[in-house]
Amino acid sequence: MAVIEVKNLRKSYGEVKALKGISFDVKQNEIFGLIGPDGAGKSTLIRILNSLILSDEGHVSVMGKDPNKQYQYIRNHIGYMPGRFSLYEDLSVKENLEFFATIFGTTIKKSYNLIKDIYQQIEPFNDRKAGALSGGMKQKLALCSALIHYPKVLFLDEPTTGVDPVSRKEFWQIIKGLHQHNITIIVSTPYMDEADLCDRVALMNDGEILRIDTPQNVASSLGKTLYALETNEGNYKLIKALREYPYMDSVFPFGEKLHYTDQRENDISSELNSYLKDKGFSKISIERIASNTEDVFIRLMNNQKQ
Amino acid sequence: MDSEKIIETTKLTKAFGDFKAVNEISFDVKKGEIFGFLGANGAGKSTAMKMLTGLLSPTSGEATVAGFDVFTQQEKIKKNIGYMSQKFSLYDDLSLLENIKFFGGIYGLSKEQLNERGNTMIERLGLSDVRNKLLKEVPLGWKQKIAFSVATLHQPKIVFLDEPTGGVDPITRRQFWEMIYEAADNGTTVFVTTHYMDEAEYCNRISMMVDGRIAGYGSPKELKSDFNSENMDEVFVKIARGENYKLQ
Repeated sequence: MAVIEVKNLRKSYGEVKALKGISFDVKQNEIFGLIGPDGAGKSTLIRILNSLILSDEGHVSVMGKDPNKQYQYIRNHIGYMPGRFSLYEDLSVKENLEFFATIFGTTIKKSYNLIKDIYQQIEPFNDRKAGALSGGMKQKLALCSALIHYPKVLFLDEPTTGVDPVSRKEFWQIIKGLHQHNITIIVSTPYMDEADLCDRVALMNDGEILRIDTPQNVASSLGKTLYALETNEGNYKLIKALREYPYMDSVFPFGEKLHYTDQRENDISSELNSYLKDKGFSKISIERIASNTEDVFIRLMNNQKQ
Repeated sequence: MDSEKIIETTKLTKAFGDFKAVNEISFDVKKGEIFGFLGANGAGKSTAMKMLTGLLSPTSGEATVAGFDVFTQQEKIKKNIGYMSQKFSLYDDLSLLENIKFFGGIYGLSKEQLNERGNTMIERLGLSDVRNKLLKEVPLGWKQKIAFSVATLHQPKIVFLDEPTGGVDPITRRQFWEMIYEAADNGTTVFVTTHYMDEAEYCNRISMMVDGRIAGYGSPKELKSDFNSENMDEVFVKIARGENYKLQ
């Protein structure tokens, strides 16, 4: 059953088209990732779904309700953690939680089972003001507050942006943990590698959805043989040399190596090897590798521009 | 690579009361190097950067940046470095060229220098046709290029980039790194922080801070082999969790 249905959704701010007619659905109990850079339309989409802003055009249904009209039902049954910390800095950890519990007509005790794993990490700081918490703890408090009324659908808007790799991993473990409580989770992120942690993802850029699928299917949908290249010379010179290669299809840095695709379909490792040798490179390593989400995203973005 | 040292620190420390935000860090950055400055949130990176850019006085230790002392020559440091942060502070209502000239002027360039370098820069960026467009009308990738250009217009020996690519799409991110490569190729030293671990691999050497100390220091290849890891993400996690704790 689809918990969220979106058909041909459009939203503009003046002349800026934030969403250009997107369609997708989210199934019960899925972790659904909105993957894309700033300006892709992720936050706009989340705000429309959770009834904070009105759409211009298109059909949207969240738990069978229309966010433009039945927003009270929606607001009572969703949790929302915005990108920017928006709890009360002058209230303590416990006061913040009690405040949100009261608003939703519940208590910390009633929701304890759901928030336990996260809350226990900040409970020792119950009396500390939220403003004095570290970034990681603020995030955990914000998540507890978003869960306090046992929502059916949880929206997390860029929970890991600007967060170091270790804290990011911890946060994703928490998200995975929520899964067992039968909560549908919509999470946005600019980090392409986080796609792999979702059940399904929508790659978004410039107000459009470039692809929707499982992360495995997205990653393997490059449609080109991908090579990883490395030489003794450093990547800057290697990129320049490859750009001059007449059969080059695409080349860009990826970690310590370069990712390269060729216009020809057959295995071109040896031809490429001799070209680079002629250019004075040595210790050339050319390896066929599996593509990942970011490779596919880059390709789709280039197609979108054309 | 030249062996001239653009940054050199010995036991550099900043204490706030009893808390040592930066605890005796020692490292150096060579001329023309791309140096990645990594660490977990709250590890002391920002405090260390503030000392290195002349914004905060250290408590103890020694350090020079571009040949100037971080204790006694902070104003000289500020004039002789470039700085760009994620929230680059350009003016939306000025054109691309006006932004470049404005900031160049602040750094004390003469009118002739501003005209010459401003125009050369705009040409090199391939933005000649749009030089008079307002900043707010151009895509993020261009703004980023302008911000980087502004930070290097006065030809500093070193430019500090504080999470320059946060939230930026994967293509623009890579174009930006090409600018960094080019600058380094021309002898500018680049000091950069990032949370993207694939970008850490683009650096010649990196240091990684944990709890105010430098817990990992070397080239990405060395660190990967030291920590027996496939990639920098793994290295980061291992260092931050205190495995194989390797002090300099």
